Amino acid sequence: MVNLKVKIGQLQLKNPVMTASGTFGYGTEYSDFIDISRIGAIIVKGTTLREREGNPYPRLAETPMGMLNAVGLQNKGVDYFINHIYPNVKNIDTNIIVNVSGSAVDDYVKTAEKLNELEKIPAIELNISCPNVKEGGMAFGTSYRGASEVTKAVRKVYKKDLIVKLSPNVTDVTEIARTVEAEGADSISLINTLLGMAIDAEKRKPVLSTITGGLSGPAVKPVALRMVWQTAKAVKIPIIGLGGIMNAKDAIEFFLAGACAIQVGTANFIDPTVTGKIIDGVEEYLKRHKFDSITDIIGALDA
Amino acid sequence: MKKYILDLKVKINTQINHQYFLLILGSGSKLPKMLPGQFAEVRIDGSKDTFLRRPISIHFVDYPKNELWLLVQIVGKGTKQLSTYKQGDILNLILPLGNTFTIPENRHEKLLLAGGGVGIAPLLFLGSHLFEKGYKCDFLLGARSKNDLLQINEFQKYGTVFTTTEDGSDGEKGFVTHHSILQNENFDKIYTCGPTPMMKAVAEYAEGKSIYCELSLENTMACGIGACLCCVTGTTEGNLCVCTEGPVFNSTKLKW
Repeated sequence: MVNLKVKIGQLQLKNPVMTASGTFGYGTEYSDFIDISRIGAIIVKGTTLREREGNPYPRLAETPMGMLNAVGLQNKGVDYFINHIYPNVKNIDTNIIVNVSGSAVDDYVKTAEKLNELEKIPAIELNISCPNVKEGGMAFGTSYRGASEVTKAVRKVYKKDLIVKLSPNVTDVTEIARTVEAEGADSISLINTLLGMAIDAEKRKPVLSTITGGLSGPAVKPVALRMVWQTAKAVKIPIIGLGGIMNAKDAIEFFLAGACAIQVGTANFIDPTVTGKIIDGVEEYLKRHKFDSITDIIGALDA
Repeated sequence: MKKYILDLKVKINTQINHQYFLLILGSGSKLPKMLPGQFAEVRIDGSKDTFLRRPISIHFVDYPKNELWLLVQIVGKGTKQLSTYKQGDILNLILPLGNTFTIPENRHEKLLLAGGGVGIAPLLFLGSHLFEKGYKCDFLLGARSKNDLLQINEFQKYGTVFTTTEDGSDGEKGFVTHHSILQNENFDKIYTCGPTPMMKAVAEYAEGKSIYCELSLENTMACGIGACLCCVTGTTEGNLCVCTEGPVFNSTKLKW
């Protein structure tokens, strides 16, 4: 038996496979296809202090080996989550983590305070990297000062595990990573989507209603892998790697680059059972290479 | 309804013309129950350009034969690739997805199923379903020309078929909303699927006469199960996912 358990900050995971926010709904959308309690952690979709309508349609553009989205954090707000969604997800036998976003520091703080009271939510993921909202979101994650300010403020009120999700749309991701580590983040997840754009040449119009959107899928994997590798060397807190992971082999690459856990995002859209296959595949890899534990391969890149 | 991921085998792929093809998929075991208006998310293998699944309406289900029919229009690289599938090839589908057309309680209501282009696809399944339950319905099918009128023989099994063509090569000349049946008959309910301008015109006609009207949207989608929130349409209740709250909407609910 190989040991798949990992500890990410204060968070215990039965295995290192998580689902990325915005790609797995609240988990229950997938329960016809897969035993969702097998997954190490489910990160539910981006939640804000107040309800957000999101951006107009079209919000999606398919790209070579990936997709652009411009959803814009459509959600019914944190109070709706607490009253209507939490009762349905709190008994899922795995970690349910809420991704928190906002357009002002105070929004993040108030949302985090409310979530801090929920017994069955062991962690939040602070989204300072959403490219699809006008103010806030990525604005916090692309400046040293913004990342510092929001992490510090949330850390003061949020007592449980705090993950900060970083944007790849920066000159030096390690600088932001060191900042959020210094302000008390328990772990870092990266990468959020890469800012991109699609054009319909026939119509001479942008494909997305917002013109630009966030690129995800296998197309971004090499960038994600590089950023995880750089960040893992720059900070002491654990790294959660994501970006274009489609199968167990991709996941292993992120572990070798230094990620302690991984998130599966866009792949869920193509194969709703992919998380289970990745858990099995990682276990198979460890057995085949005679490792006892997933921790044996974290950062084990021979470079 | 429980959703399934199934591998189905291509029994027949018929090229109807340069634009449309009919895929008849077979299953070795009993197909799950599906309802009119629902769709499948089809994985397109073997195309380097096609990353996401494609949402395709359920055109017809032959339960005794365990056959699922998909009527597809070639619109891009995904559907182009799908058109090359041959007998014996395996297609991976997630189904049944989405909501369904509302079946009226009163069997004596006068029903019109109006479709244009490939939008006629879900109307065959709806028509056959209504026919089996003892309803009588009329079909009003529109296309550019006679060659683009699809599956007419199939529709005739379940009701009276009226047609319009833009070039006048079959039925009445013009768009579906120009057909004389709309002036001569009083319908209780209209179900429609087709290009957006057509559905808008049908909805406007229906609303003008206070006729209950349902239409089926075909927004681009990623997941098909309400997780990604990419396929939304603006409604009186805010942005709703076409994949889970639709694809069928009451015309008065849409903001378009």
